[in-house]
Amino acid sequence: MAELKYDKDGRLLFTKEMKEEYTILMPQMLPVHFGMFRQLLVLEGYKVDMLTTNHRGIVDEGLKYVHNDTCYPALLVIGQLIDAIKHGGYDPHKVALFITQTGGGCRASNYIHLLRKALEKAGLEFVPVISVNLSGLEKNPGFSLTLSLVRKLIYAMLYGDLLVNAANQVRPYELTPGDTDKMLDGWQSRLIDGFQAGKGMSRKQMRRNFDAILADFETIPVSHEEKVRVGVVGEIYVKFSPLGNNNLEDFLLSEGAEPVVPGLTDFMIFKIFNREVDVNIYGGLWAKKKFCQLFKGYIEACQRDMIAALKKTRFQAPGTFENMHRLVQGYLGDGNKMGEGWLLTGEMLELIHSGVPNIVCTQPFGCLPNHIVGKGMIRKLKDDYPYSNIVAIDYDPGATKINQENRIKLMLANAKALAKQEKELAGSGV
Amino acid sequence: MILRVGIDIGSTTVKVVVLDEDNKLLFRSYERHYSKARERACETLRSIEDMLKGRDVRLVVTGSAGLGVAKTAGLDFVQEVYATAAAVNTYIPDTDAVIELGGEDAKIIFFGGALEERMNGSCAGGTGAFIDQMATLMNVTVNELDELSLKHEKIYPIASRCGVFAKSDIQPILNQGGRKEDVAASIFQAVVDQTVAGLTQGRELKGKLVFLGGPLHFLMGLRERFVDTLQLDEDHAVFPEDGDCFAAMGAALCASDYEARPFDDLLRLLEESRAATSVVDTMPPLFENQADYDAFTARHNASTPPQLDIHTYEGDAYLGIDAGSTTTKIVLIAPDGGLLYDYYHSNLGNPVAIVLEQLKEIYKLCGNRIHIKGSAVTGYGEDLIKNAFSCDLGLVETVAHYRAAAHFNPDVDFIIDIGGQDMKCFKIRNGAVDSIMLNEACSSGCGSFIETFAKALGYDIADFAKLGLFTRKPVNLGSRCTVFMNSSVKQAQKDGASVEDISAGLSISIVKNAIYKVIRAASADDLGQHIVVQGGTFHNDAVLRAFEQELGREVTRPTIAGIMGAFGAALAARDLKLEQSSLLGETALQSFTHTAKPVTCNLCTNHCSLTVNSFDGGRRFISGNRCSRPLGKEKAELPNLMRYKYHSLRTTYSGKGQGDGSRGRIGIPFGLNMYENLPFWFGFFTALNFEVVLSPESSRKLYIKGQRTIPSDTVCYPAKLLHGHVEALVEMGVDAIWYPCMSYNNDEGIGDNHYNCPVVAYYPELLAANVPSLKTTRFLNPYVGLWRRKDFTKRIVKMMEQEFSIPWKETRAAVDNAYDEYHSYIWDVHTMGQQYIDHAREHGLPIVVVCGRPYHIDPEINHGIDELLTSFGFVVLTEDALSYREGYAPRKVLNQWTFQSRMYNAARYVCTQPDMQVVQLVSFGCGTDAITTDEMRSILEQGGKLYTQLKIDDISNLGAVKIRIRSLMAAMEERKRREH
Repeated sequence: MAELKYDKDGRLLFTKEMKEEYTILMPQMLPVHFGMFRQLLVLEGYKVDMLTTNHRGIVDEGLKYVHNDTCYPALLVIGQLIDAIKHGGYDPHKVALFITQTGGGCRASNYIHLLRKALEKAGLEFVPVISVNLSGLEKNPGFSLTLSLVRKLIYAMLYGDLLVNAANQVRPYELTPGDTDKMLDGWQSRLIDGFQAGKGMSRKQMRRNFDAILADFETIPVSHEEKVRVGVVGEIYVKFSPLGNNNLEDFLLSEGAEPVVPGLTDFMIFKIFNREVDVNIYGGLWAKKKFCQLFKGYIEACQRDMIAALKKTRFQAPGTFENMHRLVQGYLGDGNKMGEGWLLTGEMLELIHSGVPNIVCTQPFGCLPNHIVGKGMIRKLKDDYPYSNIVAIDYDPGATKINQENRIKLMLANAKALAKQEKELAGSGV
Repeated sequence: MILRVGIDIGSTTVKVVVLDEDNKLLFRSYERHYSKARERACETLRSIEDMLKGRDVRLVVTGSAGLGVAKTAGLDFVQEVYATAAAVNTYIPDTDAVIELGGEDAKIIFFGGALEERMNGSCAGGTGAFIDQMATLMNVTVNELDELSLKHEKIYPIASRCGVFAKSDIQPILNQGGRKEDVAASIFQAVVDQTVAGLTQGRELKGKLVFLGGPLHFLMGLRERFVDTLQLDEDHAVFPEDGDCFAAMGAALCASDYEARPFDDLLRLLEESRAATSVVDTMPPLFENQADYDAFTARHNASTPPQLDIHTYEGDAYLGIDAGSTTTKIVLIAPDGGLLYDYYHSNLGNPVAIVLEQLKEIYKLCGNRIHIKGSAVTGYGEDLIKNAFSCDLGLVETVAHYRAAAHFNPDVDFIIDIGGQDMKCFKIRNGAVDSIMLNEACSSGCGSFIETFAKALGYDIADFAKLGLFTRKPVNLGSRCTVFMNSSVKQAQKDGASVEDISAGLSISIVKNAIYKVIRAASADDLGQHIVVQGGTFHNDAVLRAFEQELGREVTRPTIAGIMGAFGAALAARDLKLEQSSLLGETALQSFTHTAKPVTCNLCTNHCSLTVNSFDGGRRFISGNRCSRPLGKEKAELPNLMRYKYHSLRTTYSGKGQGDGSRGRIGIPFGLNMYENLPFWFGFFTALNFEVVLSPESSRKLYIKGQRTIPSDTVCYPAKLLHGHVEALVEMGVDAIWYPCMSYNNDEGIGDNHYNCPVVAYYPELLAANVPSLKTTRFLNPYVGLWRRKDFTKRIVKMMEQEFSIPWKETRAAVDNAYDEYHSYIWDVHTMGQQYIDHAREHGLPIVVVCGRPYHIDPEINHGIDELLTSFGFVVLTEDALSYREGYAPRKVLNQWTFQSRMYNAARYVCTQPDMQVVQLVSFGCGTDAITTDEMRSILEQGGKLYTQLKIDDISNLGAVKIRIRSLMAAMEERKRREH
């Protein structure tokens, strides 16, 4: 049994012995991406379970141990982890928890601290919490993000974005239900196997894989009916996580819409870009800026590969980060970086420009950055793009699905009316 | 001819219409469904079978509750706002905008330009349900409320964001004698404000407006408020004859796009879908069987005071009155606590009349046998009743409740009281009240919520509560703010839960709310070993049982749970040991008169809404005041750093300063972080020869001015005020407005980082995107950071050169001046803080350190809490006057916001000072305070201090604040007594 060790500030560490004995629980945000992340961690020798639970008990645990006015994602993630320790059939003395730590000016940077507070309250203070961050914030002897692991994770993210993008464009139209998901699963395993063999992790190999993936997805038989494309943007957790957004994508599918969900890569680039911007605005080390520029440049190049691959097919391709950054000028400054910052508005703009003016903007109830970058920008978007059709949906433990769905239905009804209005206007030559 | 049928199933009503081919209305009905929506729709359809039987019809369902019905029955559905738009397009084609209020929804549709349709978010404020709730609160029917409102003389500001909020605004007005007519009109005004603010979101309401939906159809007073507020004439305010059925008519119109089906098939589908119920999230039953329940009631009934007969008793007696928010409780006890008389009744909005009538009754029963030797009053209406009837003692509720609880269980270590409107809980340590927790404004109203719900479902409250006792599967309704439960209940109904399941579910939810939201306990041990529960709500056995189940432990509920406050007051009156009570005697009551008149105090800029209560014999009682000036006394002038800072900022830092103002007038909005940075920018711009123009002082009027451009109604009030500030600056004709974005605050070395919160950091960008008038001026909102002086200088030099062609040398000098001004302001705050501490210690006065953000010193934001504190004899300091006295220390949370770090440090310093206490101000909607409040509490409690939190919003409810402050004072006294 691994001994509990603490650092000088009294923080419980995740030790090398724990790596052997403990199961690490991780929350799920994007099902495909995080699934691949998990497998990569397993290959590194960690025992990792990804939590896919989705029931009311999670919210109840969260309400018990987290301040109820804290953002909903914190409540869910912490509730889910505690629910799993208590009821997931684990030995509480043999589990550790993964949680990401960002370190921006919004409340989300506090998740790890809130999680520790909650564990203490629940009498589980002996459960180590492992911070996953790229800023060198908290270190643990039993866990390290090695350069090779980071590289694999980044490639997994890029593949994840491409897979999800393709799948989203096929799933609403597939003739045999389940085809798309089968294809998704197959490719995830193939990619991971490749990583294990050291394959797929150069731009050249990635480009080849991209083509192969897309070619495969193109073989899935689909119908050619016309469906409303609906963009999904928002606070990162509720935007992506089915637990957070009450299975929003499933609902949109059931309403006969095609969900368009901008990927994770832009967010990643955005976070690196912020460090560069900080130096521009407030001053700081030239070297830091240069490093960020190089790192960002590399991921942007990978993103361009993805776009190029998509453009060769019948699938719609997203725009580049640079393009989005251009679109958002006149809306928000580069310095707007807390939470999703200007990226959220940028994603809405990109969606509108790529023929997806119908958008669900998701946020946890009372989300601070989204007052500004989400709800705060809808008026201006509507003024500048009269045919944009954006509905802001709040998520919290008390919000009911029926209320949310009714508002989304209104947005969908609007979408039809607006399309008709636009057509009529175009027809009359106004 | 194929007839079209539209069915609109809303949250409270069902509307059915039939249209012919020319869109003419052949049939219409509008009925309440009492949550049996589908059955009601079937009945209505059957009643018009003659018209439709055997024919093919096109039938479409719409409405918020219609979605579920349509889905299970396999009928066609259109979204209700869409349907309404279709109806308006057809019947009133030149409409510019539609406002529709429904049971729980509010909707707005803009025509002209691109169609824009919007409905309220997850909050039910400002809708029919809200009006129903308010009518219940005032104990009138909705129609009576309407009639009352037409006779109003003045309007009080009332929050309609959430029914619970409004309740806390209305109750004090009613309790303090405000006119019902005025309150009724104020309720409608609140609905109008909510609709305009919440839904227009920056788009102007103009041209021809059509008003739809049940409430606007039936309530003339509500119509009047809309017409007045939007300044509409008859041609531009249209209230169509069938305005209550428009959504249903729209659905019928939309039906043209759907297939015709035989009416009999459709009716059958609707009727048969009854059996289909989906899975509901349920919980274990409250009681397994009758025996269980009997044992439970027997156990609780053991805690009871001796019952004495008032008709035969001879001797002394003591009177206790609890003038609660919704109910008035009165007891008369013998010296041993034996109960002679008790009374518990809704105060019907007029507690004075109730007490008068009861006192007469009591005197009659007493005859010459019983002598009332002491009287005490507690509760919301304490001041009013005490003055009206000359009671001997007024005491704060918490203390009254503790006295009563200790009477039944001397070992009591935790008391929870859930009343009609509020929840109070506190721990008892070493025989003294400790750790008082009152519910925050957003979850209050628990008891009356069940009542409103019972009524909405057509039940009496007592019957409704009993329904849930034996259900096998109580529905899980969650534990957020009670108002959100409206939609949870709607969902449960849709999923097929029965009224019994819902009743039990509501009881359990309220308990969870109390335990996890107010008390924030993780386990029963967090509370205590000997728990006494009281308050009218615990008379509800379902609630009591749920409470015990949730805690996993048995508690004490005295049989007089509902009148414990009054009982405690009577005990306190007894302990006064008076020879003679000053209570008005039997003869004096005969000539008792009471009139209440609303007036606005004009003695200062607060413009408090006062109520002047006049009694016979010239006795007067004024309520609603924040200071003693309207009472004819001079304002108490105890040192008050909040007022000092505010005054200093307003008077010192505007104008031309040392410059000549030749470069023009630069406007600075006086809000948010400008309360910290104003001296800096003043020093900067005046050195550059700009004249600095401040926006006017915040006020409700200024808020209303900018209200329509607020895009997010859940953002904090301090941020919302900025809309009015910048609009005012534009009107003042300044040459430019300076309001920079600042992700980072100053680095004072006391935190892990030094951010601003996202709202403070980026609000300038939100204003630029949402306030149209800013396009007519130069709005400068660049990103700056002040903590790296050299980098800042470089950047601002460039900026000033680009914007105003100012030579770099001048800007550099101005930067120096800016830092100097800022530092001398900070130095001044520190020095004054020390002076005030010295003053307090010289005079032996207690000190309260008000911990908040710099902008909390704005009187419109804090609603005069500082003056309330000084009127109670405290010297008031602020967090920034003390935070520098402590250095950095690691915290259990990420300590990354400068303003918030100051609070932690101030709290740590207070822990080292025996004569200081902390009061934390929290703005509703402040996300960062969800983090800070727990941390502040733990710092203070570890340091042996009391924790008091005051939650503030756009509306002032000083009544609740007073309870907290007085509870704090009582606890402080108790501690002092214990130490000696």
